[in-house]
Amino acid sequence: MDWQALQISLWLGFWTAGLLIPLGIIVARTLAWHRFFGRNIIQTLVALPLILPPTVLGFYLLTAFGNRSWLGQNYESLFGEPLVFSFHGLVFASIIFNIPFAVQPIQRAFESISASIREAAWCSGLSNWQTFWKIELPLAWPGIFSALILTFAHTLGEFGVVLMIGGNIEGETKTIAISIYDRVQAFDNESAGIMSSLLLLISFIAITCIYSLNDRLDKRHV
Amino acid sequence: MSEKCLQLQLQQSGLIPLEVELTVKQGEIMVLLGPSGSGKTTILRSISGLYKPSSGQIICNGNTWFNQKEQINISTQQRSVGFLFQHYALFPHLTAKQNIGIALGHIEKTYRSDRAQQLMDMVHMQGLEHRFPHQLSGGQQQRIALARALARDPDVLLLDEPFSAVDHQTRIKLIRELAQLRDQLKMPIIHVTHDLNEARRIADKICVIHHGKTLQVNTPDNIMSGPLTKEVASLIGHYNIFTGSIEKHDQALHKTYLKWLNYSLETPYQPDLEIGKEVDWVIPTENIILHRRDRPSKGERENPVHGIIEEFIPLGETTSVSIKVNGNEQYLSLSVPTHVARRNGLDKGGDISVSLLCERIHLMEKSV
Repeated sequence: MDWQALQISLWLGFWTAGLLIPLGIIVARTLAWHRFFGRNIIQTLVALPLILPPTVLGFYLLTAFGNRSWLGQNYESLFGEPLVFSFHGLVFASIIFNIPFAVQPIQRAFESISASIREAAWCSGLSNWQTFWKIELPLAWPGIFSALILTFAHTLGEFGVVLMIGGNIEGETKTIAISIYDRVQAFDNESAGIMSSLLLLISFIAITCIYSLNDRLDKRHV
Repeated sequence: MSEKCLQLQLQQSGLIPLEVELTVKQGEIMVLLGPSGSGKTTILRSISGLYKPSSGQIICNGNTWFNQKEQINISTQQRSVGFLFQHYALFPHLTAKQNIGIALGHIEKTYRSDRAQQLMDMVHMQGLEHRFPHQLSGGQQQRIALARALARDPDVLLLDEPFSAVDHQTRIKLIRELAQLRDQLKMPIIHVTHDLNEARRIADKICVIHHGKTLQVNTPDNIMSGPLTKEVASLIGHYNIFTGSIEKHDQALHKTYLKWLNYSLETPYQPDLEIGKEVDWVIPTENIILHRRDRPSKGERENPVHGIIEEFIPLGETTSVSIKVNGNEQYLSLSVPTHVARRNGLDKGGDISVSLLCERIHLMEKSV
């Protein structure tokens, strides 16, 4: 059992979900309620990581983060270390890779709030900000919770992009999924089996959580 | 402009046309009556600031809420409107009492719970404070929505088909409750419906609307007996709408004679109408009197019309009869008590004679 790799994976999941969810709420709410030029392009970009092979995405991110790129150069001059093959780079890549898992459930949740509910809130004297906090957010909560769990669980299981962007640096970018691969390569099937069953368990619990919470919350809307 | 009232003038062309002119006084219930898609809800949405019409103005108690020329369009939150939505739009994650409490942001926090309870009591919902909307019946949801709409002490109360989503019995009960409540309500009230009976039951004034245009505003009785045009007559449920021409005026008898088909109908004296002028006219179904076969009476000399029964539909206590006027393709509708229909042996295809009550024939400017 590679505890260090598990720790890196958990931190990666934490940062990815923590940074992506607020961003996802903004993007999802905009996509749900506004019709604007280019909306479908944005929706396509949001969904793209679902379809693209992780290696393709990883390749482009590697190019974009590399020290010859604008982003890579600026990052390095700012923080004194390269973006690729670092934990920060991994978080960046992971956020991009998880966009559809965060945005889509939240978008569906906002779409299911009828316009008249928001209008009723305004007529009740609630400002746009109060309407967001007291009405929209609690109603969209099941979607946000799903997004949170999905993003977290999916990050733990990420392999291709992590390998392309992070490489396999012990204690820095070596996540549990990569560690499993390593163990199998080294014919250490026992360790690989333990870690695999741990990931399986986490994923199973995560998905069960989503279903049971949605079930409970759905009753409110009957 | 010191008088407390709501005044609106709205104009808009295009997909949702509007041509509205309306004044509603404090405590007055104005019913906007019109078919689906006639723009009634758009008018409510314009008043509440949820919709911006292309031109016009809305003034409430002397405050301008909307004025296109002066570029004034204050937000929904600042307008102080109570809006009862057609499907109530209760917040599903809040209890009945919380739904009301959330609209009490204008009063101090410590008084909110008491005020919410008062409102719960006012709509007869005590004991159901902690229920969620999905645990309430349609009628109960409507009451909570009404209490929420009143929670802000709004300057104007807007009711968008508030009784359309409940069953008939609940509707009657809710209408009665609203009638009882209205003495406590001091703001202008605008109530939207397509149901004529509902409108007649609760309106102080009815405003008939079609294609976004206010056609006539008056008390229910005056509208029913004196529609301005054929269009209004048809919208308020008149069946017997025809076209005739002025034949003569008889000052001595105080009658104006109307030429209709081969009849010369006596109508109330209106000497200002030019002889020969074409007019639309209407007679409510209840003012067409059946001639009894067994016992002819004096009243039969009043505008007698003969025909054949084209349609005969018993509807419980009354029977709806449609008559094809002899020698013409014009149809008169009347309603007779079912026992009377039976005693006179009325049936489809049979002969029938009726009298049109002179005083009840209403003449209107001919519509183009």
